[in-house]
Amino acid sequence: MLAVTDLKKSFVSPDGERVDIVSVPSFALAPGEQVALRGESGSGKTTFLHMIAGILAADSGRVALDCAEMTSLSEARRDRLRAEKLGYIFQTFNLLQGYTVLENVVLGMSFGPRGADKAHAKEVLERMGLGHRLDHFPRQLSTGQQQRVAVARALANRPKLVLADEPTGNLDRKHAGEALKLIREVCHEEGAALLLVSHDELVLGQFEARKDFAEINQAMKGAPR
Amino acid sequence: MTLPLIIYRSLRQHALSTFITAGSIALACGLLMTVWMVKTQSQTAFTQTNAGFDAVLGARGSKLQLVLNAIFHLEASSGNLAYADYEAIKRHPAVKVAIPIAVGDNVRGFRLVGTVPELFETVEYAPGKKYVLGPGGKIFTPDAKEAVAGSFAAERLGLKVGDTFHPFHGLAFDANNQHPDVYTLTGILAPTNTPADRVVWIPLKGLQTMSGHDARAATDVSAVLIQLRSPSAGFMLDMMYNKQGNRLTLAYPVGAIIADLFSKISWFDQVLALVAYLVALVAAGSVLASIYNSMSARQRDLAILRALGARRRTIFGAVVAEAAVIGALGAVAGYAVYFGLLLGVANVIRVQTGVVIDVAARLPILWICPLGMIGLCALGGVVPALKAYRTPVAETLAPLS
Repeated sequence: MLAVTDLKKSFVSPDGERVDIVSVPSFALAPGEQVALRGESGSGKTTFLHMIAGILAADSGRVALDCAEMTSLSEARRDRLRAEKLGYIFQTFNLLQGYTVLENVVLGMSFGPRGADKAHAKEVLERMGLGHRLDHFPRQLSTGQQQRVAVARALANRPKLVLADEPTGNLDRKHAGEALKLIREVCHEEGAALLLVSHDELVLGQFEARKDFAEINQAMKGAPR
Repeated sequence: MTLPLIIYRSLRQHALSTFITAGSIALACGLLMTVWMVKTQSQTAFTQTNAGFDAVLGARGSKLQLVLNAIFHLEASSGNLAYADYEAIKRHPAVKVAIPIAVGDNVRGFRLVGTVPELFETVEYAPGKKYVLGPGGKIFTPDAKEAVAGSFAAERLGLKVGDTFHPFHGLAFDANNQHPDVYTLTGILAPTNTPADRVVWIPLKGLQTMSGHDARAATDVSAVLIQLRSPSAGFMLDMMYNKQGNRLTLAYPVGAIIADLFSKISWFDQVLALVAYLVALVAAGSVLASIYNSMSARQRDLAILRALGARRRTIFGAVVAEAAVIGALGAVAGYAVYFGLLLGVANVIRVQTGVVIDVAARLPILWICPLGMIGLCALGGVVPALKAYRTPVAETLAPLS
């Protein structure tokens, strides 16, 4: 499903020095597999997810997603591949504030090959318990509800892989647990693989497959935590 | 539905700046169309206004002054010509109709023109259109102190058939210059949409012999309005009066003389057009500035759209299309500005000159200008669209960890 090989990314620091952020020799995910990556702030895990999603170009290495090599594609093809095969749940949800709940989900679908399927978007939102909030704007929702909209948007396009970056970071314990359960359930139902990164042990504890990102990411080995 | 939704939501989110920008475009578009229409329509209306005559014969002087005085009832007379001159041109075989007029008095600001009943009985002021009297009206008797009023003059003066009035000396109204003569209104002309609507007509003799006028000029006329039997006759008479003679002036053809006036003041049109073009450019610039300034606030949304799979060209297209939609909204509202301004200007021209411009005319400018404005706005949207195009997704969405 996902195969990462020799993936590297560095940035130039303010003092002009090039700093390696990500250096992952190998990482793989099987179809439908759910894996949690433990990572502290600044460990490069968001950069890693961005490179998998193709919204950040790697310096070198390859990312193969469902047999398509993301890193060798043009930017336009990467956009298309992302819209077709990926769902991304952001820590800050990144909902479009000027759009209704339904529009947020429909718009997310519209860039994919299946196009905007309003009926399916409604179905997914109802599954998330938001059937009565379709015409609300994100600011009119609670944090937990916004999180569920973000999940609905990531899953509405029936992705092969869902990337979740600290998806419960802005929720209290009760809601975080509920949200995580929902994400895992829906991914399981849709047959989507799930790669979740978090530093919260309670979240990580719910996954059978857990990995420490510091061990995968060679760039951070030996770095102070 | 993606693109329309993105555009609609963006316009809603920035409703105030959308409204203000579209308003400035409406003003620019409306001004441009109005300037153009007034220019072309007034030129058309003035050059086509000839009261049914091909030429005007008057005292030696400016042809333009002669036409403005005798046809448009605007200027002062350039002088008188003897009655014998009128009789001579009337008898000329090339002349079909010759109508004498005399000017020099007014009725509370509206010009009093002396003429002969034949003007109302035989002359067509426009092809197929003769002067028509309103209900209960009749043409004045040549020897009586009777008058016929143009529709606009009668309305403004509050005159109705059977009313009496005193003429005032001079072309401008001065209450101290009242003539003792009393005239009775015998008829009101139906509207003709020509300068004749602003005139009060009395018998030629009445104006010539008005008390207080110079008795030595009691048979003189101010001008003779002429219909020719053929266009070639005009050139023959032009040669006779203007080139070989030195006492009288023949203004021929009437339309060409007015067209010459418009060509002399074409610089004014150009200045107006330049101002309108500048206003259009400023409006397009305001679209650019308005969208560009909101780019910082929009960048996160654009990055989210990119993260969801929107391509750069989709984002670019959405911003350009949004600018075009603002232009289209402004252009539509521009029609309201245009009609408002045009009606106002047309009314001023009608009140001041009696010439009616066609406000319902469909000229190409009415679609060229709005389309051009939409194109200009779309062009103005290219700069912010490029900024949107270059939005760095990862950096904009979250700080790198």
